[in-house]
Amino acid sequence: MELNDLTTNSGEWLRGSGPQADIVISSRIRLARNLADYPFISRATQQDRTQVENALRERILSIEASSDLLYVDVDELEGIDRQFLVERHLISREHAESQGARAVAIDGREKFSLMINEEDHLRMQVIQSGLNLDSVWEQVNRIDDLIEEKATYAFHERLGYLTACPTNVGTGMRVSVMLHLPALVLTRQIDKVFRSLQKINLAVRGLYGEGSQAMGDFYQISNQITLGRSEQDLIRQIADIVPVITDYERQARDFLVKESHENLHDRVSRAYGILRTAQTISSEETMHLLSSVRMGVNLGLIPDLEIPAINKLFIHTQPAHLQKLSGTELDSNDRNIERARYLRRYLNKENGADKN
Amino acid sequence: MKCQKCNKPATFHITELAGGKPQELHLCEDHAREYLTSSGGEPAGGGSIAAAFHQQMIQQMAISQTAEELAVLDQQTCPVCGITFFEFRSKGRLGCPHDYECFKAQLEPLILNIHGASEHTGKSPGRCPRGSQNRTRLIRLRREMKEAIEEENYERASELRDEIRRAET
Repeated sequence: MELNDLTTNSGEWLRGSGPQADIVISSRIRLARNLADYPFISRATQQDRTQVENALRERILSIEASSDLLYVDVDELEGIDRQFLVERHLISREHAESQGARAVAIDGREKFSLMINEEDHLRMQVIQSGLNLDSVWEQVNRIDDLIEEKATYAFHERLGYLTACPTNVGTGMRVSVMLHLPALVLTRQIDKVFRSLQKINLAVRGLYGEGSQAMGDFYQISNQITLGRSEQDLIRQIADIVPVITDYERQARDFLVKESHENLHDRVSRAYGILRTAQTISSEETMHLLSSVRMGVNLGLIPDLEIPAINKLFIHTQPAHLQKLSGTELDSNDRNIERARYLRRYLNKENGADKN
Repeated sequence: MKCQKCNKPATFHITELAGGKPQELHLCEDHAREYLTSSGGEPAGGGSIAAAFHQQMIQQMAISQTAEELAVLDQQTCPVCGITFFEFRSKGRLGCPHDYECFKAQLEPLILNIHGASEHTGKSPGRCPRGSQNRTRLIRLRREMKEAIEEENYERASELRDEIRRAET
């Protein structure tokens, strides 16, 4: 399999299926691990990095030796391909932007990605559509066990798995659930959600992780604490809190439907109208409007569109995706024109109308 | 009811409790957004772990050490990877697994503060469940070999190479 094979597809986690998939986009767990006999990345020489990469590549290829596995040398990639993988949530921004030997192994359905030489030697993530943390844990735990059969991880009897940053020590585990919360944003309740989550040591981030803006009303809820609790406890904490937040989102949607139905329907219809007719459109505006349309589809206000189609548009209208799909490099102005063209064609085809 | 700031219908009815007596506001969506974003509150999407971590570091250092003591601690160096505590403090990243032992006194209160705990209770690896400390020797040996080569001390380098081979198996 090659990188370009991914372009026109969309990952498993965008399928829009699984429990609570109207609000819960995806469930993701990542584990941070380091090899015991090499320095952490900040002190690793080029030779150390290469040796770590070789050792982990060999191990990964021996356990997942299917033709469906894509092993990508990130250091050799063009900037646009790195950006593409970031937009796809297959590598982190840090991994895309750093220097030196580093790689990522991805399965054909984009359920897992294994980053080598990111902040830690190995960062494994499994991602799945909807609220499915137990199944995600089972898969990532299995991959971890298989790799560990032949690799000695840095582990401390008292502190657990040792990581480059003490914020990850212990389980090395980050559990994140991505939520779409447009009604809580619209009814100005989202800050209350944030404050309550922070009080119980959970972090809230935007679509593209740490430091990213909450584009398109997407929010990732994840654990801050990694030490002193078992993996199951950490998962349980998130799994218990998510239904509470989705209930609030549903109540806010009900409230909007009841109290200002015309306003809501108008907002959704206008958003859909702009997306289907605009001639040039920025990424921010697209995300903002798609968010309204997505909620409209969930509330039955737009009957001719499906959730997976909308989910896909959030990713396919990102800068690197647009350029990969159109096969040319585009500056920001040309991207806005291409994005509008892509949206018109896609949305008018989806709902059966054939003219642009 | 109309928005207090323009002629659009007021769809948001806000009761402001901050400041003096409660104040009622009736605003259209645009003005409600403007009002709510300008009136502070915590920034959306906050909670960057790195930022929280740095704040913790500063607090930790401030309560437990004087500037002079801090300068001494900062110079402490890990014998395995060669990182100083100052480098860790400025970058927020450790240099090797041994740092957790070597900077134990400084890291313990920090870890307790971040996680509210000091002992791992989760999964353990099948290999080296008692800890992988003996493997960190390899990190030091490889570093010493690199230094020996740079100093053109090839005799020492070849001794180290043999020692590494023995340790790797």
